Amino acid sequence: MSIIKEQIPMKEQLPQERKKNFYEVPLGYTKEEAILEATRCLQCPTHPCIDGCPVHIDIPGFIKAIKEDNLSLSIEIMHDTNLLPAITGRVCPQEEQCQVVCVMGKVGDPVAIGKLERYIADWELENRSRGNINIPKKKESKNKKIAIVGSGPAGLTCAVNLIKMGYEVTIFEGFHELGGVLTYGIPEFRLPKKIVKEEIEFLNKLGVKFNLDFPIGRSETISDLFKDGYSAVFIGTGAGAPQFMHIPGENLGGIYSANEYLTRVNLMKAYKFPDYDTPIKVGKRVAVIGGGNVAMDSARTALRLGAEHVFLIYRRSRTEMPAREEEIIHAEEEGIEFMLLTNPIRYIGNENGLVKQVECIKMKLGEEDASGRRRPIPIESSEFLIDIKQAIVAIGTTPNPIISKTTQDLKTGRHGEILVNENGQTSVKGAFAGGDIVTGAATVITAMGAGGLAASSINRYLSGELK
Amino acid sequence: MFKITKKQKLGPEMVLMEINAPQVTKHVQPGQFIILRVNEKGERIPLTVADFDSEKRRVTIVFQKVGKTTYLLGSIPEGGSILDVTGPLGTPSEISKFGTVVCVGGGVGVAPIYPIVKKLKSEGNEVISIIGYRSKNYVFWEEKIKNVSDKLLIATNDGTYGEKGFVTDILIKLLESNIKIDRVITIGPAIMMKAVSDITKLKKIKTIASLNALMVCGMGMCGTCRLTIGGETKLSCSDGPEFDAHLVDFNELMERLNVYKEEEKYAFEKWKTEAKI
Repeated sequence: MSIIKEQIPMKEQLPQERKKNFYEVPLGYTKEEAILEATRCLQCPTHPCIDGCPVHIDIPGFIKAIKEDNLSLSIEIMHDTNLLPAITGRVCPQEEQCQVVCVMGKVGDPVAIGKLERYIADWELENRSRGNINIPKKKESKNKKIAIVGSGPAGLTCAVNLIKMGYEVTIFEGFHELGGVLTYGIPEFRLPKKIVKEEIEFLNKLGVKFNLDFPIGRSETISDLFKDGYSAVFIGTGAGAPQFMHIPGENLGGIYSANEYLTRVNLMKAYKFPDYDTPIKVGKRVAVIGGGNVAMDSARTALRLGAEHVFLIYRRSRTEMPAREEEIIHAEEEGIEFMLLTNPIRYIGNENGLVKQVECIKMKLGEEDASGRRRPIPIESSEFLIDIKQAIVAIGTTPNPIISKTTQDLKTGRHGEILVNENGQTSVKGAFAGGDIVTGAATVITAMGAGGLAASSINRYLSGELK
Repeated sequence: MFKITKKQKLGPEMVLMEINAPQVTKHVQPGQFIILRVNEKGERIPLTVADFDSEKRRVTIVFQKVGKTTYLLGSIPEGGSILDVTGPLGTPSEISKFGTVVCVGGGVGVAPIYPIVKKLKSEGNEVISIIGYRSKNYVFWEEKIKNVSDKLLIATNDGTYGEKGFVTDILIKLLESNIKIDRVITIGPAIMMKAVSDITKLKKIKTIASLNALMVCGMGMCGTCRLTIGGETKLSCSDGPEFDAHLVDFNELMERLNVYKEEEKYAFEKWKTEAKI
């Protein structure tokens, strides 16, 4: 049989259509497409893809089962290491993890592991909606309670792993909805909220308990949780606080942090205002500052809200952009106007305190900096003005300080991140942490990996193996 | 769901609600706030805690019906429920024995100043409370504040009750009487807090203002409530809501409070038409 060198493409909504709606962009594989793509996997004995995956999914295993059309086996293999594949299949940067090391990549395109992962996960969700729920077996009850703080990818993964081991697990979430960044941050067109809800419902079926509207550090402290009878606590509160550039005019009306903009739209459904009560400014000309995934999400959201021109202002060149290639291409296809090697220096407001212009300066690339990327340097006298109605600042976040402020003896680093050892243990006995609160803003799958690691460490700690 | 255990009309458009909220009352302290959401489609609005009963696990809020959300909230009867209540949020008021403290509350801001006055008094401070309202029929909690203050002074804008004028008129007179004042705490409309701050700045009296910025998350992750304090950007929800009034850029606060004025008006008018109010 000859090898198919190219990936089987996944059908997508056309750019002209999709930029007017919030529906998901890639439409998923059909059974035939999935089987064809699955046959491209060489089932090589070295399986570098497994090592490339932060949670070590048996990738050749689940793909082989797809090829043989044994989908229940495929999902079983998946669930061994990853209980949230409908999410990771969509938002993982596979191109720099499992797919970058795929042996097929040497002769053609790597196997579309992420697309196959999504296929199998969506098949299972379909199945669940027909009432066929395959609940993984739990071990015998250990009669010990664990508290999970934050319901983002790290917390959800930690929770699901611990409940399978036989612990009683309660998740505490400050917001009125579960999911953390999966709910407030990643837009509908990239991760439908229905999928997040179904995955959480799955946890509920497994017996995980949820406490909403319950910000730990405020409603109760970490030490309260231990007093309440929890044997261990996992802190997965994410990289909460938005960063700003601290340039003049940044507090004018119409200038948002990406966190605010996306929270208003995704969590509060401001795109349905006035049916929903949370408002958002809808401008015809919008500037988005930054070059990461969150900047792409913000820009593409602005377009869907009705902007005619969305300028993506980034101080380095396209090569240095931290966003996934797929997201950059999607943004380009939809008509986001990239203004590269450009940096805002101040905002100018109108008489009502609303932003009307942003002044930018042109940049050039200098020597490599600590991050290994070439440092941007302003070009003298290259300032220019852009008329805008809105700006969205997507230049990163810092760890949320509420827990560290209210927990005695919890050691934090220079940027406020919680310090942990190789087992995810913090300086407070019985308290573990993982995800963005430890690493600073990273990816969903890294957070899930950290949640999984913490779950096994908690198990070792409670069985006396870990001090 | 959070049950409304008591509802009381305090004046025109002014409503008191006592809500059963156990997760708020365990640690709540004066100066903190809650965020609530009336229903599935509702926005998250911050309200400073006006009173609390830790034993009964209830918090009291007082709000003025000014737009769609506050009208919807005000339409829920006693015994009814609010979908979401979260808190306590924000940094509690800094309260210790300062000496003589003047607490200046205006309008709906009289309510959240009450627990601060009460705690200041219990810490041994001499507390002079100045409260102001639009008119006589708006006056509420006069007795309640009086009972925990050493002295209570009251003003109405139209002179129908107490002294005629603003709380600032009373404050100026008080400062002219040359008694030693160690600290001023103020809660009320931004324009009033700005006026209080301008007066005390001249006399170099440390003044704390509880800022009423717009918010979404209330937990320091979105930046909606950011303000310039002493030249630095701070988050009202987690760094505040109380700040040194002399460092606050009140003009920026007022501009930011007005950012969604048009949208709010539109939503309110639309709702009134549909609900036939």
